[in-house]
Amino acid sequence: MTTPTKHERRIVIRPPLSLAGTTRDENRKLIREWWAELDAAGEEGRPVANVFVMGSMAEILRTFDMPIAFPEMTSLQTAVRGRSLEFITTAEDAGYSPDICGYVKADIGVHLQGGDHPMGHLPEPSLVVATNLCNTYIKWAEIWERMYDCPVFVFDIPGWRGSGFETKRGSGTFRDDVRYVEAQVRELIALTEEVTGKKFDIDRFRENLAQVNELSRLFREVLELNQHRPAPFNALTEGINLMGIVNAYRGSPKGTRFLEIAKAEFAERAARGVGAVPDERFRLLLVGTACYSNFRDFAGLFEDWQGVFPHSDYMSFAGGALDRGVHYDLDRPIESMAEQMVLTTQEAMGGMFWGQDWLTEVVREWSIDGIVFHGVKSCRTVSTGLPDEREWLLRRRDIPGLFIQSDLVDPRLWSAAQLKNRIDAFFESLESRRAAGARR
Amino acid sequence: MLVAGVDVGSTQTKAVVMNEDREVLGKGLVPTGAKLNEAGQAAFEQALAAAGASDTQVGFVVGTGYGRYRVEFGDAQVTEISCHARGAVFLFPNTRTVLDIGGQDTKAIKVGADGEVIDFNMNDKCAAGTGRFLGAASEALEVPLPELGALALSGRNPVKMTTTCTVFAESEILGWLAKGRRVEDVVAGVHRAIASRSVSLLRRVGIEPEVTFTGGVSNNEAMVELISELVGMSVNVSSETHHCGALGAALFALDQVLTGAIPERQTV
Repeated sequence: MTTPTKHERRIVIRPPLSLAGTTRDENRKLIREWWAELDAAGEEGRPVANVFVMGSMAEILRTFDMPIAFPEMTSLQTAVRGRSLEFITTAEDAGYSPDICGYVKADIGVHLQGGDHPMGHLPEPSLVVATNLCNTYIKWAEIWERMYDCPVFVFDIPGWRGSGFETKRGSGTFRDDVRYVEAQVRELIALTEEVTGKKFDIDRFRENLAQVNELSRLFREVLELNQHRPAPFNALTEGINLMGIVNAYRGSPKGTRFLEIAKAEFAERAARGVGAVPDERFRLLLVGTACYSNFRDFAGLFEDWQGVFPHSDYMSFAGGALDRGVHYDLDRPIESMAEQMVLTTQEAMGGMFWGQDWLTEVVREWSIDGIVFHGVKSCRTVSTGLPDEREWLLRRRDIPGLFIQSDLVDPRLWSAAQLKNRIDAFFESLESRRAAGARR
Repeated sequence: MLVAGVDVGSTQTKAVVMNEDREVLGKGLVPTGAKLNEAGQAAFEQALAAAGASDTQVGFVVGTGYGRYRVEFGDAQVTEISCHARGAVFLFPNTRTVLDIGGQDTKAIKVGADGEVIDFNMNDKCAAGTGRFLGAASEALEVPLPELGALALSGRNPVKMTTTCTVFAESEILGWLAKGRRVEDVVAGVHRAIASRSVSLLRRVGIEPEVTFTGGVSNNEAMVELISELVGMSVNVSSETHHCGALGAALFALDQVLTGAIPERQTV
């Protein structure tokens, strides 16, 4: 029942792993390159697109050699670098409400300060691509539109019509949905041609799609490595590195190569029985995001109990559904892209509002002891249903869960003592549950 | 050998000294204040004095509550959620649901037969509807905290409080008084608002009999009556429920001693 304090932590002395640190090094290199490309495009006045992790359309934009900025990632980076509050406050001073998404305010704060970001310079967007997967995306895009007078393209993708009512592949409804989205894909291509002054090259587009097919296969294999006990990587911490690259380099051979490096390193750890968290005792599934303004502390609250996250729903919905298996048909690339958009939107929306079956499956396949639901104070869209989901899974499926709240990037919403109390109590209950199971 | 539990809460610090037969020999209660270790030490010394014992007789101390890591003389820490659950089942073995209303936290806990936590739910980050709300009402109405319960019971037409926000409580209370409502009706309204919010937390874990009410607010007779009314059954309270967290901590300390899991301490 006791909580180990920091000075009681032990490390395991073992021969070094030959691939140790290769994923981290490649991640750093690629993130530096990504920022350098954004900086250069900004300086040279080349067109840049602002996009979002869900429905980035990177496969199309990359065809035009258009650098893509992900404000969700750059906002996250302000928090990890300990600067988010400064930008959030700038946005609030300009009239943005304390209640709206912390990512939006951190990003707008950077733009209001002239684009100087702790890791580089955010260029002015020449094009914004958003989807209806998150209602905030649309309002966020409108802010840039007003700031920079840039074109905004919002995809309207049909999701589930209701609980359990998805349009099935091959059905007439599905075909209608795909035709509707395909028309929008063609509109985006035409708009991007106009913005960049370049012709769309369908062969390059096919190459990008082929890279995403490979990326999806590797992403699933990497995640499956975490079915090992101990889990070779922590989806909460190292998972963020994976997410950054699979988004920023979606459709690029560099992204695919990165996952090959990660897979090799994690496979070596798995083969040697090296876990991401020393002496792993609890396996957890994270629903929601971490609190990036207090990222180390957040992870430490679980690591203190030797708790690791082999999986998270964030790896799914913010990974562009790569984990669900994206496979483009290269013989009919545009139609196939529209199909995948419809399917992944259904998955993402279904996961957000009716995620219980997927969560149950992950609990079984990744041998999860309990689910941690982290509500984001500044995002009611993804957080509202979490307490109900937690209770449903406990009562109907006997899966223990913990509900905690803080924020993505706003350190004012972090309450260390309260979080620690709830997390400690959850681990205590998991321990007594385990002891009771052993007695039976 | 003796054991002890020290519960450093946000407003009060409680201590219990227990023997190996699980008999409570002494209890202590002091305001927490800013110096958490000193509060823990003072409550512990009070409990020792009440037990007629010295610290060298105590083999193991478990700290609980928000200040559990500041109990420097403690041997281990357990959260108050686990401690209230354990203590409640010890006091009332048929307990399956625990409500603890503390200074800044309200906890609804579902427990198993051995006092293990099956599920729990707590108030949001803000202290709305917790014991602190009663404290704010006591200050606004200039009625001593221990007298609030009896006054609430004499209220015949409770006002409908629209907030359980501790910050806004004072202005709403003054607003009702300005409208000419009687003090006891305002106090009754305050109690009803807290009870309703607390029972809502209980419903989220599922209310199963018996329900045991713990923490400092369990001394308040009006809250006991209102909670009982809202859950549809008489809730368990006793002279020990205020110290339930410290009691549970002492029971966890005793587990350590009886199972020999931790070597016996020589000094405190």
